[in-house]
Amino acid sequence: MSTILEMRAITKEFPGVKALDQVSLSVAEGEIHALVGENGAGKSTLMKVLSGVYPHGSYTGDIVYDGEVKSFGSIRDSESDGIIIIHQELALVPLLSVAENIFLGNERAQRGVIDWRQTREGAAEVLERVGLHEHPDTIVDNLGLGKQQLVEIAKALSKNVRLLILDEPTSSLNETDSEKLLDLLLEFKARGITSILISHKLNEISRVADTITVIRDGTAVSRLDCSAGISEDDIIRDMVGRSLDDRYPPRIPHARDEIAMEVKNWCVTHPLHAEREVVKDVSFNVKKGEVLGIAGLMGAGRTELAMSLFGGSYGANIRGEVLMNGTPVQMPNVRSAINAGLAYATEDRKTYGLVLDDTIRRNVPLADLEGVANGIVVNSAKEAAVGNQYRDRLNIKSSSIEQETVNLSGGNQQKVVLSKWLFSDPDVLILDEPTRGIDVGAKFEIYTVIRELAASGKAIIVISSELPELLGITDRLYVMNEGRFVGEMPTEDASQEKIMATIIKSGDQA
Amino acid sequence: MTQATTNSVHDQPNIEVKSSWSFLRSHMREYGILFALVAIMIFFQITTDGILLKPVNLTNLILQNSYIIIMAVGMLLVIVAGHIDLSVGSVMGFIGALAAVMIVNWDIPYPIAAILCLIAGGLIGMAQGFWIAYLRIPSFIVTLAGMLVFKGLTLWLLAGQSVGPFPKQFQLIASGFIPDLFGGEDLNLFSLFIGVLVALIIVGLAVRSRMEAAKTGSIEEPFLFFAAKNALIFIALIYMSWLMADFRGLPNVFIVMALLIAVYSFVTSRTTMGRRIYAIGGNEKAAMLSGINSKKLTFFTFANMGVLAALAGLVFAARLNTATPKAGLGFELDVIAAVFIGGASMAGGVGTVVGAVIGAFIMGVMNNGMSILGIGIDWQQVIKGLVLLAAVVFDVMNKKKG
Repeated sequence: MSTILEMRAITKEFPGVKALDQVSLSVAEGEIHALVGENGAGKSTLMKVLSGVYPHGSYTGDIVYDGEVKSFGSIRDSESDGIIIIHQELALVPLLSVAENIFLGNERAQRGVIDWRQTREGAAEVLERVGLHEHPDTIVDNLGLGKQQLVEIAKALSKNVRLLILDEPTSSLNETDSEKLLDLLLEFKARGITSILISHKLNEISRVADTITVIRDGTAVSRLDCSAGISEDDIIRDMVGRSLDDRYPPRIPHARDEIAMEVKNWCVTHPLHAEREVVKDVSFNVKKGEVLGIAGLMGAGRTELAMSLFGGSYGANIRGEVLMNGTPVQMPNVRSAINAGLAYATEDRKTYGLVLDDTIRRNVPLADLEGVANGIVVNSAKEAAVGNQYRDRLNIKSSSIEQETVNLSGGNQQKVVLSKWLFSDPDVLILDEPTRGIDVGAKFEIYTVIRELAASGKAIIVISSELPELLGITDRLYVMNEGRFVGEMPTEDASQEKIMATIIKSGDQA
Repeated sequence: MTQATTNSVHDQPNIEVKSSWSFLRSHMREYGILFALVAIMIFFQITTDGILLKPVNLTNLILQNSYIIIMAVGMLLVIVAGHIDLSVGSVMGFIGALAAVMIVNWDIPYPIAAILCLIAGGLIGMAQGFWIAYLRIPSFIVTLAGMLVFKGLTLWLLAGQSVGPFPKQFQLIASGFIPDLFGGEDLNLFSLFIGVLVALIIVGLAVRSRMEAAKTGSIEEPFLFFAAKNALIFIALIYMSWLMADFRGLPNVFIVMALLIAVYSFVTSRTTMGRRIYAIGGNEKAAMLSGINSKKLTFFTFANMGVLAALAGLVFAARLNTATPKAGLGFELDVIAAVFIGGASMAGGVGTVVGAVIGAFIMGVMNNGMSILGIGIDWQQVIKGLVLLAAVVFDVMNKKKG
């Protein structure tokens, strides 16, 4: 088999973060090549480099495709060479028909006038090839997610795809739809179409993949040939195998015997799909002075759990019981949750965490404006003092507290969000992906703050997709998968292999 | 850091002047609009041979624009919260009609009628705010519907006729002047006294807040800039009140307006509620996750807008001394334009009460000045439209640069 794609020594940097470091990838023509690695390892970045989302010049290294060095300036360039990427979030226009979506941006038209007959016939033909028996005029919104995924693939086929890249294609599909999709990939392979499959689900990968490249921390660590017979354990070891050096502050246990918060039989359903239970009968507790971790893959329901606890900010039909310091509390809205002593720092600081056009000074007291006011009048001197206090304490790098948060780096924005919740003085602080997209130095500072808070008796719950981070800073761990808590272990007994195995085993049972 | 540099250069006026200039340049977004107003006033003062700032014309200018300014204050809150209210012109006309029917046709004493009208305005605002805040219907749609509904109800209420005249006392709301308690003869001494008092209070407050800021070391404004700015404000206020005192004194409406401006400036910039309205306009999701009740606040801004539109309706009816079916037609556009000229952002979260008032005055001075110059209503519209566009373009470009 000849090599269709070779990426040589690709290096891609973002301000303060090296996302890819000398990554090389070689894909043979007509194979299914799996790309695996933890969240944030760099898989998606690598595929964005390949498809021209990050144009030539914004990275270093060469892309050799079909024996030629390519310099793609945009997605259009890579598509015209037959490289099509299907992202995790589907890129369909919900209110257009299947046929319109398939030829969107690539319309079957004569001098700008759409040829509907050709559009429908072309659509019907590619739909047949992916095995989707729907009328081309069906509105996409009326199809289930699995069928929408097939429409995306049909769209790729209509562009004469030679190399199909699928980013977590089955993450939102049920078992049957996932099976169908994998079968389709095998069928494509028989027809000579090459695929790159990004996935977390190792059972799927071992079923269809010919070759596996494992990416970790922005470098390609291994290349495994599936015909040689490999086990899931091998893959897991390569995915997570790194040592925990001094990237974490020392973990001195501070957990006390008193339980700060206890949650019993918590159930949440999806706000739009009443039949989808997102959090299923979850019970847990966190002690004063304890740093508790919740591990799990994306989509496990961790954020949904946290937000539903935080004043019902997510979900419908929320059931269950919460005790704060031993007393049952009702938290129907965010205000009551804050008053009960709970705080939640979001995983998406730009959308849910900050008023970006406002200054540091105005963002910090937002969750507790009364704390800087006399009655209803904001005391600007007190407000400035609070802003400066947190700017110093968390080392927020900025020209002054009057700087608008939109101009801060990710790490410093995260520190502003953290400041806001520290100022509200909670008993239990939930941190959702507290270090996503920030550099190593700022990460260490945030870890240090977390340990300090624990030392002062606060209970901290850390939700993170980065297992080393959880192992580095928590005292105890819960493992969540598909809406359930499937494991609990003291961090000293935990390992990445053990957590991954817990997740995968629970998935196999389901 | 900033404080250290400003303190150490007091004896070096050149550096002080330079830092004042650079401060001004970096804060062009805030002060640009004020310079624009001053420049427009100077332009018309010259081209109209000094008619613009004649006492009688200045007084008229304020009376003519009072209802726009009253509504602009409410609209500022609505726009800062991230919404829009297209219905204010119609609501204003409707309330004027309601007042006329109650006072003229039904002989209800005017103070009671006025209070009922304000309540009616509040209820109208709440009715619209309910759909917007609690059912999340876009404000553009809800208030567009409101605009049509109240335009229709005005016609119905007045049966297509003008209703008037109002009793003398009611007219004084819009056309009266505060009496001269000091018995000045050519000059209304009491009005002048109030003008000086207000000027002193404003400068006093500015000095106090600068001293407070000095304590925490968060002064950004260079001293020279601060002194020049406050001196100019002080002189301008006293000059204006002297001009008006020279005519018949301060109009009653002016006092109402000034109080509204003061109260709403305070509410928006210094209270927890004001802060929260800016936060929901800036990022509603983040505000809600910070425990801010965005529904309640949105509802409030519309209820408040309704009350202010009603007040403007009363002032307008009293000024015309009659309620006509066409009252308030198109006023919503002037009000919205004033707020945007004053630096508010369509996306919400940005804008000041003082900016909106200055924006309203820019529109008012241009109307007035162009009328004196005999420019037709056709070209007045064109020029006003271009000024609105220019102001917003300037604002956006300045933001990009910053």
